[in-house]
Amino acid sequence: MSNPAFRAGIRAGVPFALAGFLLSLSFGVLARDAGFPAAAAIAMSLIVFAGSAQFAAVSILAAGGGVGAAVGAAALMNARFLPMGVALAPSLPGPAWWRALQGQTVVDSSWALSNNGDGTFDRSFLFGCSGIQYVTWALGTVAGVASGDVIGDPAALGLDAIYPAFFLAILIAELRAERNGGALAPRVAAGGALLALVLIPVTPPGVPVLAASVVALVGLRESRPAGPPDREVAIGETVR
Amino acid sequence: MTGTAWATIAGCTVVTALIKAIGPVAFGGRDLPARFRGVVVLLAPALLAALIVASALADGKDLQVGEDTAGVAVAGIALWRGASVLVGVGIAAGVTAGLRLLT
Repeated sequence: MSNPAFRAGIRAGVPFALAGFLLSLSFGVLARDAGFPAAAAIAMSLIVFAGSAQFAAVSILAAGGGVGAAVGAAALMNARFLPMGVALAPSLPGPAWWRALQGQTVVDSSWALSNNGDGTFDRSFLFGCSGIQYVTWALGTVAGVASGDVIGDPAALGLDAIYPAFFLAILIAELRAERNGGALAPRVAAGGALLALVLIPVTPPGVPVLAASVVALVGLRESRPAGPPDREVAIGETVR
Repeated sequence: MTGTAWATIAGCTVVTALIKAIGPVAFGGRDLPARFRGVVVLLAPALLAALIVASALADGKDLQVGEDTAGVAVAGIALWRGASVLVGVGIAAGVTAGLRLLT
């Protein structure tokens, strides 16, 4: 897997990987504060590799919640990977077990950046972009576990602001790439944000984000007039 | 806590693997109908915008505007004006930490 797309994915993933290092560092501190053994905190990052779900689960345990509540919260935080996986599916070759395995590599930034803009994804790019982030996610957790006493409260360092800023950087990159939805993309983003805002007070964490995927269905209306001769035209071209 | 931690990790491993596998297993191996391509393209802005709102403003079910919200807002302006990802997250953390130091 040393093809150009894989290497391009690694390069594109580097800034997100460095930001991810800081995030997983604060996860390591949080997990230790919650009473996790060091090996467990590191193992969670190595095996689960899903930041928001890890934070949600550990925060619930730290607040005195049980295993069921922690796992349930993690599942809801990860629910957004359902529509992402459906979108990615046609771009993954091979038998079902192999597609399932490839699907494990999805993280938010690699999924968004590997989108070709025509409904397909570059899986080599995805693997490279996720791969570099996996390495720093693991290293950051080790650093957080090892240096928790030195770092103290991650909130005092503003590390909790990194997550939204991280997603904001991906979104702005998405909106800049005209291939991705053209003029409709900013309006869909605003719609998703608004729907999440309305749902946050009345649904469990994770549900507002999953529900926001419904807003993307406006893409159905936009692409419907395109008959077979127009199918090769990028969606950004048809709506502009 | 040790047993609880490992049980939670096992549970999170199973649900995460299942959630990430369902789409590729159920919908893989065939082309997406043309009319759904527009939906796929627009999923990212919808999900990312909701993630930003949830991570910047939500504390459980409460909506809270705090120092981190201000930090993210300033980072957003910098990112929009062309700052790199790292500079963006650095600004978010720096502004948030600075405001917390003052308050």
